[in-house]
Amino acid sequence: MATFQLDINNTKLKVEVTEGTSLLWVLREHLGLTGTKYSCGIGQCGSCMVHIDNGPMRACLLQVENFAEGQKIKTIEGLSKNGDHPVQKAWIEAQAPQCGYCQSGQIMQAVALLDANPNPTTEEIKTHMNGILCRCGTYLRIIKAVELAAASQSKIEN
Amino acid sequence: MALFIGVSGILPQLISCKDPKKIKEQLAQQTLTAWVKLSEDGEITIYNPAAEMGQGSMTSLPLLFAEEMDADWSKVKVEFSPQESEVYGSPGWAPGSKLMFTVGSRTTNSYYQVMRKAGGQARYVLMSSAAKHWEVPISEITTSKSFIIHEKTGQRISYGSLVPFLEMPETLPVFTEEQLKNPKEFQLVGKDIPRTEIPAKVDGSALFAIDIRLPGMVYGVLERGNLHGSKPTLTNESEILAMEGILRIIPLDYAIGIVGKTLEQTLNAKKSLKINWSKSKATGHNSQEVYTTYEKIASQKQSGKVIIEKGDFPKAIKTASKTYKVDFKNDYVYHAQMEPLNAVVQVAEDGGSAEVWVGSQQGPDTKLGVPKILDIAPENVNVHLQYLGGGFGRRSMNDFVEECTILAKEMEPLPVKLIWTREDDVTYGAFRPLSLQRLIACTDANGTVTGFSHSVIGDGGNLVASAVANDHYDIPNQFAEWREASNGIRLKHWRAVGHGPNKFAIECMLDEIALDQGLDPLELRRKLMVKAPRALATLEKVAKISNWNTPSVNGRAKGMAFVEHGSLGTGVCEISVDRSTGNIKVHHFWIALDAGVVVQPDNVKAQMEGGIIMGMSSVLKEQITIVDGQVQQSNFHDYDLLRMQDIPESIETAILESTEVPEGVGETATPMVACAIANAFLKLTGKPLRHLPFSPERVLQALNS
Repeated sequence: MATFQLDINNTKLKVEVTEGTSLLWVLREHLGLTGTKYSCGIGQCGSCMVHIDNGPMRACLLQVENFAEGQKIKTIEGLSKNGDHPVQKAWIEAQAPQCGYCQSGQIMQAVALLDANPNPTTEEIKTHMNGILCRCGTYLRIIKAVELAAASQSKIEN
Repeated sequence: MALFIGVSGILPQLISCKDPKKIKEQLAQQTLTAWVKLSEDGEITIYNPAAEMGQGSMTSLPLLFAEEMDADWSKVKVEFSPQESEVYGSPGWAPGSKLMFTVGSRTTNSYYQVMRKAGGQARYVLMSSAAKHWEVPISEITTSKSFIIHEKTGQRISYGSLVPFLEMPETLPVFTEEQLKNPKEFQLVGKDIPRTEIPAKVDGSALFAIDIRLPGMVYGVLERGNLHGSKPTLTNESEILAMEGILRIIPLDYAIGIVGKTLEQTLNAKKSLKINWSKSKATGHNSQEVYTTYEKIASQKQSGKVIIEKGDFPKAIKTASKTYKVDFKNDYVYHAQMEPLNAVVQVAEDGGSAEVWVGSQQGPDTKLGVPKILDIAPENVNVHLQYLGGGFGRRSMNDFVEECTILAKEMEPLPVKLIWTREDDVTYGAFRPLSLQRLIACTDANGTVTGFSHSVIGDGGNLVASAVANDHYDIPNQFAEWREASNGIRLKHWRAVGHGPNKFAIECMLDEIALDQGLDPLELRRKLMVKAPRALATLEKVAKISNWNTPSVNGRAKGMAFVEHGSLGTGVCEISVDRSTGNIKVHHFWIALDAGVVVQPDNVKAQMEGGIIMGMSSVLKEQITIVDGQVQQSNFHDYDLLRMQDIPESIETAILESTEVPEGVGETATPMVACAIANAFLKLTGKPLRHLPFSPERVLQALNS
């Protein structure tokens, strides 16, 4: 066991776990940030997508000790205070989720896309989002939601 | 201040007082449970009795209730009801029985009357209380959007403001259909009202059972091996027990259980287990070779279990002008719900009661097998239903709840969270059965289908043999049977169950006949649906929206399929094929659907979209293979699902207007996919696809045949 200090959602949090523990278990089981989901554990599904220094990464593949150096970790809980990030609002407008289990990962991946590319084409959305599995088959609505979010953001900028 | 209106058929209980402690006491004393809570500020909480696994029950059922209650929807909150089927059940399969069971797309259909009648009774209590309060006849009272109105005296009172004056009527009417709203008067039903639980699903706050954390909670995992039915012998118990954080080893018949302080410690120990596995019934079973055996079974003279015998099929064959005989094959498929199976169970220190947190499709026993394991009365088990991270039929089996209870019993009073890893979930899955469908059909001199025979060879009874009836096709002589072939593999309902493989066989058979007879598949079905106007209307509608009669651009073709699964639907897809790789690309899907009254149109469309995409995933990609009884796949790297780049450009649904009772929509789209794709492929290439999944290798094989 060792103590690690992590910067999660702009809060410094201490956690005592064995070295080698995945960031996913630390977030979910030790810190109670359960919006980040476990589904495959081998980086295939993207349900555990979080942002590390604003870039999307799969928490199941990350070991806790590698992120105790001040990297900024953002989870779905840290995306907005009231669930009103433009991407979250677009997700509601498109009525995208069904079971909802993969949607945190989908949203985190979409936010990263729009941060880098505010006006993606449908093909760019598909390419960027391809790594995040959804068993309920909500992909068409996810595309719609990303397009709605892009449109709402460009409206604000204009 | 709170009001509880119970509507279990017995006189309801009413609670109205200002002391929160007293309210709590009264609630605790209440033996009847209730559907709705109303507070003085007008907030209405309606209970949802069904599981929410993405199909929208958290909105559709309370909406039906609110419709009859004339509730202001903006003031409605929704909670899961207690898991007590006597109060919250819908009519079960046995007459007079009640069930809480979210399976078979029965949510809206089975609760349509239950929720409306309960909502009507809630409204009646409010109306009769107002009548007494105003001293006017109840017959002069009307309601609108959470207000009670007496036109003659011009009085109006909101539902919330009526709380202090609530009085229970001596008798509560049991409403008949005629006393409820005519579907044409619906204010909420049929409108696109956003789903109530979606905001919690976009900010990470929606709780699935896997998210539950309790003080003192410990973690359980099981090693089950990849040979179903095999018995384990652990050879390094002391080594495992010496590992950091490991609290207990609990052997089961088919698995070794480990309980540890943290999830990572417990998973770490799981990897270090050394286990000798026994042989089992599945030993020697090879999923790709077994079809030869199945073909032999299909050819045996003796019939299996007869399911349908209509007219005289043997005679029809003898007098036919042409006979067709085709085998269709279906490999095992896995549910792949995104949330791996899990549960949290806490058994009380005296062993006399238990708390269960679970995402379950419920069951005939709403306590999910827990009372039997603990040898306690069902009322001493409290089930806290959570959101389901996908169900698809897998979560109506209680194995994971029972396992967690066994561990929790050993660990009492500590709560135990049992997690199946994805590898556990795949290799110890309960699959849609492998099956062979042998179809024989015959036509007369005019090309009319006069006889249809359907033999299903496979394991699992109705899991393979359901959906063989052709009730909407006017075929005078029909025969269907099931021939058992058991291999010791765990099996389960998989979205649409027998409809998947059997509609694939039936609908493809029709197109093979149509091709041979030089008929348009649309024309053939039109003739067959002559006595089924509702089915025919879906056929005509989809032909229209898909421009069926306009040929596709070069290199593409359209195929169609009809499916009835409660609701009636005809689907059309347009595909192209990469002849060098064997990849099939689906460009568009169109569906025309008759589901009776549609409670939430946009949500029905979402079910069609999801049903098609899950169907495409299973038809184009998914395959569980078994070699010498051992499941060969273990995670999404070797059991890949359809991803965003492979979806159609559009999935368009036309909903036919109807005032008939709502029918389920969750399983109508998925079984269209295999046959619509295969039929489009047949039109495009002249070659049939008869073995699911249509992997690139199989597609190339078909092209080169």
